Amino acid sequence: MLKRTEELRLRPAYEHQDVGGPAQPLLIVEGLTKHFNIRGGMLGRSTGKVHAVDGVSFSVAKGEVLGVVGESGCGKSTTARLLMHLIPPDSGALVFDGELVGEALSVSGMRRKMQMVFQDSHASLNPRMTVGECIGFAPRMHGTPAAKVTVKVHELLDLVGLEARQFANRYPHELSGGQRQRVNIARALALEPRLLILDESVSALDKSVEAQILNLLGSLKEQLDLTYIFISHDLNVIEYMSDRIMVMYLGQVVESGSVDAVYGAPKHPYTRALLSSKPSLDPRKRTLEAPISGDPPNPINPPSGCRFRTRCAFAEGVCASMQPPLARFNIEADHAAACLMLQPGSGHSRAMQ
Amino acid sequence: MNQMAMDMTPVIETPRPARRMWNRLKRDKVSMGAMAVLGLIVLIAILAPWISSDPSTGSALARLKPIGTPGHWLGTDEIGRDMWSRLAHGGRLSLISGTLPVAIALLIGGGLGVLAGYAGGALNTAVMRTMDVFYAFPAVLLAIGVCAVIGTGIASTLIALTIVFIPSIVRVTETVTTRVRNMEFIEAARATGVSDLKIVYHQLLPNIVGPILVYAASLASLSIILAAGLSFLGLGMPPPHAEWGQMLNSLRQSIYIQPWLSALPGMMIFVTSICFNLISDGLRSAIDVKEN
Repeated sequence: MLKRTEELRLRPAYEHQDVGGPAQPLLIVEGLTKHFNIRGGMLGRSTGKVHAVDGVSFSVAKGEVLGVVGESGCGKSTTARLLMHLIPPDSGALVFDGELVGEALSVSGMRRKMQMVFQDSHASLNPRMTVGECIGFAPRMHGTPAAKVTVKVHELLDLVGLEARQFANRYPHELSGGQRQRVNIARALALEPRLLILDESVSALDKSVEAQILNLLGSLKEQLDLTYIFISHDLNVIEYMSDRIMVMYLGQVVESGSVDAVYGAPKHPYTRALLSSKPSLDPRKRTLEAPISGDPPNPINPPSGCRFRTRCAFAEGVCASMQPPLARFNIEADHAAACLMLQPGSGHSRAMQ
Repeated sequence: MNQMAMDMTPVIETPRPARRMWNRLKRDKVSMGAMAVLGLIVLIAILAPWISSDPSTGSALARLKPIGTPGHWLGTDEIGRDMWSRLAHGGRLSLISGTLPVAIALLIGGGLGVLAGYAGGALNTAVMRTMDVFYAFPAVLLAIGVCAVIGTGIASTLIALTIVFIPSIVRVTETVTTRVRNMEFIEAARATGVSDLKIVYHQLLPNIVGPILVYAASLASLSIILAAGLSFLGLGMPPPHAEWGQMLNSLRQSIYIQPWLSALPGMMIFVTSICFNLISDGLRSAIDVKEN
């Protein structure tokens, strides 16, 4: 009964927000780039640049779950922070529901429509604030009257499956990891966003709690018409959650497409290596040799041409001199990969001539 | 439908944070005791003119009378002035010189420290390197220098002490601010589009006041001693006025004749600073929600 009233109350608020219509992607990202300066030496001069995110472009359709995968340090989390403008991007454009961020839509306006759930459920809650204060903080600061905030907080707690009466006055350190992450989700939903960025939001939880949170995220998405950008290094979780996925390597997108296409027929050697490293419960599918060796190269001086060539079994001379573009080869599955072997006439011996 | 949902939602009021802190503090017997003692000292200082005699006149015939002498229940000092009157009156100046410079330094230094810590980058460097310049001078020398420039008297003593305390408060504040600022919950708050000022006030401050408060309390006793040192050097209050630090200094020579009497001003400074420390420790744990 309660669930139903919430649904009816929250839905209309979302519908009139829609600007671009159903065909317009909720978020279009074009050429997002961030290079961090490394300061060193006597006067703090810049001695190098970490290529954290390098020309990342993608789009997220309304109601879709975009999964982002990659090894540690590939720029997944930096991308999330750049989207939220928690770190100012060096270059790149964001179009949120047809409105260019920074022009038609202000950064703070965008932040209200796009919220983020962080990995560390403990560090992302203020230890001095009760659960109720944490969740109600943003609406209160944006001018919602106190009585309404309290009602809203209780609704949100119910929505994420926490008994409001029991939890509103507790402090974060009195909750379990799963409960804290529910609070974080409630906090992110407090401004009624349309897009939720889940940055490794379930990675720190144990498996049974992780499953509960994933189910919660699934039902919230249906109930509130949400769109997710789901960042994880867990290939099984990504496969379970996502409609479309994007594989990142050293700050660049190497492959993207629908989950079935990428998991079923990975094209990029890195994606193939990544997917064959996925643990399986079937002993017949055991992998006997490491699919990929070594660590990713230093992002301060990324390899020329294709960034994966230093670990790629198929690397040839042309890979060092030419940067492969992210080329779409299957329009239907929106499947694209950045590899010279897939690029006809690129000069690679395995490419079509 | 809206009204119905509102009625159905159970609403429990959360007390305001300050209220909750006070509720916890009330249960702390040590802090409440220290507050009572400090309150009594403050009350005596305020009521000094009505409950004691003139502190600056004495009789040469009644020098260094021991504690318990009829008419002078706390004895007399080296020139025959009533100790009770001098301690009561001295509390006025000593309490002011113990708290006011620290309080003002806390406002200025705390503000600068939060600014430097929260903003980071070039602003941080500018503020912190300026503070390092002040650090280069020993505290007393810096105070003497300031007094030499702006003249002597209570006002300049207070200003000098304030300037002495600012750099260390800035440094402590900047350190804790930088640590808290990099925590994810600040990032989460920024992601909601709330202004930095509100984030600092609501999210950052409650997490940094604890250590700063404890540090400031330790400065209060130092401030009383430094003020005494300045008046000893002739830069603070001129001699006829009563002030604990100055009394401690002048009674030093009589310590072999009347040891208990000579220790009285020191006792007052000791008790006062212990009270400040206990109260600030109590406040710190009252703010710390995890200890309850």
